[in-house]
Amino acid sequence: MDAIFLQILNGLDKGAAYALIALGLTLVFGTLGIVNFAHGALFMMGAFCAVTFNKLLMLSTKVEDKSVTLFKAYKEQPYLEIWFPDAGPILLDYAVPLSILMAIPVMILIGYVMERGLIKHFYKRPHAEQILVTFGLAIVLQEVIKAVFGANPIPQTAPDILAGSANVGAWFGMGENVVYPWWRLVYLLFSGLIIFAVFSFLQFTTYGMVVRAGMRDRETVGLLGINIERRFTIVFAMATVVAGLAGVMYTPILPPDYHMGMDFLVLSFVVVVVGGMGSLGGAVLAGFLLGIVQSFASMTEVKAILPGIDQIIIYLVAVIILLVLPRGLMGRAGVMDD
Amino acid sequence: MMSDLVLHLDNIQKNFGGLAALSDVNLHVEEGTTHAIIGPNGAGKSTLLNVCIGRLKPDAGKVTFDGQELTGRAPHEIAQIGVARVFQTPEIFPEMSLLENVMLPAFSKRDGSFAFNAHNMLSKQNEIRDEAEHILEDVGLQEMMMQEAGSLSRGDKRRLELGMCLILRPRLLLLDEPTAGMSRHDTNRTIDLLKKIKSRGMTKVIIEHDMHVVFSLADKVSVLARGAIIAGGKPEEVREDQRVKEAYLGGAH
Amino acid sequence: MTLAKLNDTNRFLIFAAIILLMPIWMIPLGGAYPDLLQKFAIYGIFAIGFNILFGLTGYLSFGHAAFLGVGSYAAVWSFKLFTMNAIPAIIFGVLFAGLLAFIIGFLSLRRTGIYFSILTLAFAQMSYNLAYSVLTPITNGETGLQLSQQDPRIIDSMFVEAGAGLPSTNLFGLKMSGFEGFYFCAVMLILCYYISMRIFRSPFGLMLRGIKSNQNRMMYTGLNTRPYMLTAFVISGMYAGLAGSLLAVTDPLAGAERMQWTASGEVVLMTILGGVGTLAGPMLGAGLIKYFENIFSAFNNQTLTEIFSFLPDAAVEVVVPIVGLFVGSGWHLTLGLLFVVIVIFLPGGIVEGMSRLAGLFRRKDQENMNGTASPQDQPGE
Repeated sequence: MDAIFLQILNGLDKGAAYALIALGLTLVFGTLGIVNFAHGALFMMGAFCAVTFNKLLMLSTKVEDKSVTLFKAYKEQPYLEIWFPDAGPILLDYAVPLSILMAIPVMILIGYVMERGLIKHFYKRPHAEQILVTFGLAIVLQEVIKAVFGANPIPQTAPDILAGSANVGAWFGMGENVVYPWWRLVYLLFSGLIIFAVFSFLQFTTYGMVVRAGMRDRETVGLLGINIERRFTIVFAMATVVAGLAGVMYTPILPPDYHMGMDFLVLSFVVVVVGGMGSLGGAVLAGFLLGIVQSFASMTEVKAILPGIDQIIIYLVAVIILLVLPRGLMGRAGVMDD
Repeated sequence: MMSDLVLHLDNIQKNFGGLAALSDVNLHVEEGTTHAIIGPNGAGKSTLLNVCIGRLKPDAGKVTFDGQELTGRAPHEIAQIGVARVFQTPEIFPEMSLLENVMLPAFSKRDGSFAFNAHNMLSKQNEIRDEAEHILEDVGLQEMMMQEAGSLSRGDKRRLELGMCLILRPRLLLLDEPTAGMSRHDTNRTIDLLKKIKSRGMTKVIIEHDMHVVFSLADKVSVLARGAIIAGGKPEEVREDQRVKEAYLGGAH
Repeated sequence: MTLAKLNDTNRFLIFAAIILLMPIWMIPLGGAYPDLLQKFAIYGIFAIGFNILFGLTGYLSFGHAAFLGVGSYAAVWSFKLFTMNAIPAIIFGVLFAGLLAFIIGFLSLRRTGIYFSILTLAFAQMSYNLAYSVLTPITNGETGLQLSQQDPRIIDSMFVEAGAGLPSTNLFGLKMSGFEGFYFCAVMLILCYYISMRIFRSPFGLMLRGIKSNQNRMMYTGLNTRPYMLTAFVISGMYAGLAGSLLAVTDPLAGAERMQWTASGEVVLMTILGGVGTLAGPMLGAGLIKYFENIFSAFNNQTLTEIFSFLPDAAVEVVVPIVGLFVGSGWHLTLGLLFVVIVIFLPGGIVEGMSRLAGLFRRKDQENMNGTASPQDQPGE
């Protein structure tokens, strides 16, 4: 029982990342009708926002190391610590969550430029061309990141206070060995918050109503005389920010590298298909579900019986679901059947 | 002159999200006749044709043609039974030449279920080519044979689509407003064409708004309103029917 | 310009002549060495096969690299188990790729459009993951599958005593490296081109184009689209398998990286760069990409400094690092940009671009002559 609970927990954080990326993909596909193969790259760009922010905070200068008394020694010390002896170290410690502040405007900008500069011209072109152009863009983005930051993963640390693990088991009256890293718990809550925010936005604002109507029937909404183009930009930017924030917060869990975007993209697409193309709820549900399934497949007991199953389980589940339910878990009949 | 009934629609029901498009439709069509379905906009006429060709699945009821049940079959199976349809917005192959447009259905008819016909060449398919040219002549498009179909006028596209259906030699031809959006001249040409092919003995079901077309072609007329057949019979009878006048003719004219 | 007026036989002869004479006319272009020429031919086969699916049916597969990889593995196993002869190797490569294509196609073709693209991508990624993990006994994981001294080589060992070093691939004694290797690949390519041409000109090809143009219409005329699509998918998978096995014939090793999504993306780019749905376009695209990859990857900062040495020193310091981003290991960046630019400005590829240019000239030259090609000629210029 404990082991099962632990695996569910383990699956949730990866599932949360899938869900957030798939949410943005679905939003963009549903409203704009664009299949965005660069969406994974946006997740990666978010992660590298955290890296950049960290680097900026860590800009250092050489100062004399007073702890060495025998000879004159120097050490690198971040400006931040010199200028703000009290607040500086705290800021550094909280670099990852703080980089959200930078990531939001940066991702909005990226989203805006991408939509206005490129995506806009592809609304009326065939899906194949949309796929190809965003695929090319994804390559460009990831190669630029590779050229700037190198090919190796760059580990990021969570704030000290969240470094350890929470004894989640004790909260629910379970065994001592059900422990879960604090940061993953934070990530889970954070994703929950974002998903909640996106859904509330769509559900309770007039803006969101139009977007939802657009997902159901784009032509009609266009006929109502609503300036759908401007809304497209905002929806796209929103999806970009969601992907970016998912990336920022994921950095302490997975050291970011240039190809993380594509790795996550393929799985997120599978998530979208399993959830039912065009269904936001389906994307979130399938994201968490597949994350958990993958986590179970990674158990050593399971791998002993079916070696390597963790590598392919998501695809297998996807194939089975599509064979049984061609529209995915929550896809509606007649919506985006092609 | 009672002949055999071939097409039966029994108790067809179709709902769209709680809204009944077809509430209870019963229709029986005699072999070799032209049966027109008229009715005001939104009466469910196109839905009815979609049910016949397998594009939509009815919620209840069944369609049978010549003893074979059509409901629940895949569109290509229904087509292979011998049911062809001209759509309201022409469904053609816009990037291809007219000749290719008409040849393709012939290949579908011959090899539809699957034949590995990749080893022989198109240029050797003389029989089908001749047949296609003949059909194009019938529909009056032979001069434009090599032109791209997408460049045709709307009226020509419909005639082309009719040709694509004729080469299938269907036993049942469904026509969804074959003259909608056409000029009077084009309409008359189409009427003449449809009269010409009448002698070929196929059964036709035609949906039409234009009463001129209906009365010059139809042997029988059924009136569909609010998802049900409210009247039927010979054109003259229907024209005099009070209910029909109320439901349709009175409002439209 | 006049290419459109040629009949198929002449086009085929010209194609064959161009390919066979490559070692000569590539000399001034600096690409006349066999390794590169082999790559032209092999990736040409890959792209021509991909075009049978994408060009005719419009179904965009993002998983064709999986078939390339399987072809390579099958060929290397044929070398290891049976014989170093190339013929069984390519037969196995084609067969296994065809089998995999049948399975993946059967499942993916249940959906159309983007669903199909995503499904093929997912299946290819799954094959890639499998090759790295569970199937390590077959694929040798990260190291890649190589020949070894201990291989049984049942058939070969019946005829000759194993030599001291590793044996090399051959075609009944003819070594399959260098120009001999190129000519073997070139003959395969010409054969593949011929088959593809026949498919384009057959009722089968016309029906596939019908599916691309208006799938609904095809169904309502009685065509069961699925077996046709599956056949096209399997044929194009077999082409990829042949290309993969030829990669192994010219260089007997196979690695999982051949199955990665980047390789799938590359063949898509080759096809659209040359011209989707045209006969020779994909070959042209494959050649161009492999040629520039070869040139661009060879650059490093030192060679760049030499190239830009005519500039003032200060300018060199600025220009070299910037250009350096796009060459050498940065070649993928150029590839990505090329992808974006081609899709935006020339979705019809080079062949369409050329015929557009030709059309411009023609209009200027002969205002009054109706020199347009008959529509029947279009899908294969």
